[in-house]
Amino acid sequence: MEHVNLVHNIPFFSIFIAMFSGIITPLVKNGKIAHKIHMIMVLIVMIMSAILLMNVVKNGESFTFMMGHFPAPWGNELRAGPLEALMALTFSVVMFLTVTGGIEFIYHDVVPEKQSFYFIMMNAIFGGMLSLIYTNDIFTAYVFIEIITIASCALIMAKGTAQAMVGTTHYLVISLLGSGLVLLGICILYSITGHLLFPQIKESVMQLFQSGEYSFPLLVVTGFMFIGIAIKSALFPFHSMLPGAYQSAVPTSSGILSGLVLKSYIILGIKLIYSVFSVDVMLNLKILDILFVFGLAGMVMGSVYAMRETRMKRMLAYSSVAQIGYIYMGIGMASRIGMVAACFHILAHAVTKSMLFLCCGSMVETCGNKEQIYYLRGAGLRNPLAGIGFTVGALSMVGVPLFVGFISKLYFATASIYAPGKMAAVLIVLGISMILNALYFLPSVIAIWTPVKKEGEEAKKAVISPAFGVCIVLFILINIGMGIFYRPFISIIEMGISLLQ
Amino acid sequence: MSHLLINYYEAASVILFGIGFMNLLLQNNLIKKFIGLNIMDTAVYLFLAAKGYIFGRVAPILTNGVIDADYYINPVPAGLVLTGIVVSVSVTAFSLALVQRLYKHYGTLNMDEIMKLSREREGE
Repeated sequence: MEHVNLVHNIPFFSIFIAMFSGIITPLVKNGKIAHKIHMIMVLIVMIMSAILLMNVVKNGESFTFMMGHFPAPWGNELRAGPLEALMALTFSVVMFLTVTGGIEFIYHDVVPEKQSFYFIMMNAIFGGMLSLIYTNDIFTAYVFIEIITIASCALIMAKGTAQAMVGTTHYLVISLLGSGLVLLGICILYSITGHLLFPQIKESVMQLFQSGEYSFPLLVVTGFMFIGIAIKSALFPFHSMLPGAYQSAVPTSSGILSGLVLKSYIILGIKLIYSVFSVDVMLNLKILDILFVFGLAGMVMGSVYAMRETRMKRMLAYSSVAQIGYIYMGIGMASRIGMVAACFHILAHAVTKSMLFLCCGSMVETCGNKEQIYYLRGAGLRNPLAGIGFTVGALSMVGVPLFVGFISKLYFATASIYAPGKMAAVLIVLGISMILNALYFLPSVIAIWTPVKKEGEEAKKAVISPAFGVCIVLFILINIGMGIFYRPFISIIEMGISLLQ
Repeated sequence: MSHLLINYYEAASVILFGIGFMNLLLQNNLIKKFIGLNIMDTAVYLFLAAKGYIFGRVAPILTNGVIDADYYINPVPAGLVLTGIVVSVSVTAFSLALVQRLYKHYGTLNMDEIMKLSREREGE
C-alpha cells in the first residue's frame, strides 16, 4: 500500500457525511435534533474544506481520488483543487449561516412533524452540491443533479400551501426538461467517446476534434449538455420557474436555492468546459458565444422584469436571473480572467443573495406577511438589523465599492478588454444592467427606511432571534470583508482554474 | 439518410425523446405531462441499450469458460440504464405525489386552470 495522504480523503468524506446524515435523520422525529445533526455536519464539512483549501493552496496542487478498487479508465473518481476547495468552503459557510439564521422561518412555516424531513432534504442537497463540485465522473454528476432536483422541489413545497405546490410543479417540470437534455447529451457523449471519466473523455474529444470525426454528434452533445445546464441554472429564457417557486417557499429555502443550488450547476458547467470539452473546442463549436449572448440578454431582461415587480421576493428572484446572466457572460468571454470574474461572482452572489432572502423574509414577517413593497414601507425602522442587511445586500448587488458585488463587476469590465470583439457589448450591457439594478434596488431600500404614520396601528418593533442577528452580522462582515480583501480569493481562483486545464 | 436506417434504434429513440420532451413541456394535463417525462427517460434507456449491444455477443457473465473479451459486450451501458431507471422511478413517484396533492386541492388536473385558480386566490 502506497503512501496515503489523509487530506486526499476529505472530498469523499465530506460527501459521505452529508449523505449519511441525510440517511440517519429520518430516525429522529424531532426537528430540533435534526437541525443539530445538520449543523454539526455542515460545521465538520466547513472545517475539512478549510483544511483541504489550505493544503492544496500551499502545495499548489490538484489531485484525483480513486473511489473503490478500479483504476482510471473504469472506476469512479473525485477531483479536488483550489477552486473546488474554495467553492466547498464557501458553500458550507453560506449553508451554515443561512440555515442557522433562518431556523425560525423553518420552525414557523413547516409543520412540526415534517421538520425532520426538511432537514433530510437539506442534507441531501448539500451532499449533492458537494458531489457536483468534486466529481470527476460524468454519470455521477447526472445522478446527483437529479438528487438535487428532487430535494430542491421538496424544499420549495415544504410550506405546504397551495401556492407552494403550484410553484413546485413549475420548478419540477422545467428542471426535468433540463436534466433530460443533460442525460441524452451524456449518453451520446459516452457512445462517441466510450468513457465516463473527465480526463479520458477529454482525450477522446481532442482526438475526435482533430480528426474531424463525429463533428456533428459532438456539436449536438455540447449543445444538449450546456442548454440542459443553462435550463437548470435558470439562464434568461429559461428563468420562468424561479419567481413562483421562490415567492412561495420558506425564505431559508429560497436563500439556499438561489444562492447555492443554481451555482452548483454552473460550477459543473465550468468543470465540463475545462476538463471535458476544453475551451478551444467550445469556442470552435460556438457554444460559448451562445452562452455569452444569453448571458447579456439575461442581465438586461432580468433587471427589467425585476423593475416591473411589486412583490419583494419575486423582485429578488428576477434579480437572481440578472446575476446568473453576469456569470454566463463571464464564462462566454472565454478568457482566463473572464472565468475568474465569473467564479468570483458565484461567490459574491452566494454570500449576498442568501442574506437578502433572509432579511426580506424577516421584514415581510414584521409587516404582517404582506409581500408588496408598498406594505414594507418603514420595515427597516421596525426591524433595523434586517433593514441594514437588506441595504448592504442591495448596495452590493448594485455594485457600490467596498462591497463584494463591486469587485466582480470590476473584474468583468477588466476581462472585457481581453475579449476581442466582445468588449463594447460587455461594457455597454454592464453599464445598462448596473443602472437598472440601481433603479429597482434603491427604491425598495428607500421604501423600507421611510417612516409611515398610520392612525391606530402601533408600529411595534420586531422581535428577532439572536441566531438570526448573529448570522446577519456575519453575512454583512463577509460581504464587506470580501469586498476589501478580495485579492486572496482571486489568486486562489486563478490557481484553481489553471490547475483545472 | 442511410445512417438513420442503419442506426434505426437510435433514430427511434431520439424521436421518442422528442415526443416525450414536447409532452412534458406543452401538455396541459399533469398526468400526461409526467407520462411524457417517462417516455423521454425510456427513450434515453433505449438509446443506451441499443448502443451497448453488439450483434452476436453475450452478456458478460462467465458460464462456459470463455475469457476472451471479444465474446462479451460492455456491461457499463446496462449499468447506466439501471441507475437511470432508479432515478426516473423516484422522480415519477415524487411528481405523482405532487399531482395528487394538487388535485385534492384544486379538483382539476389541468395546469392552466390550476394557475388561474392559484392567481385568483392570491389576489383575494
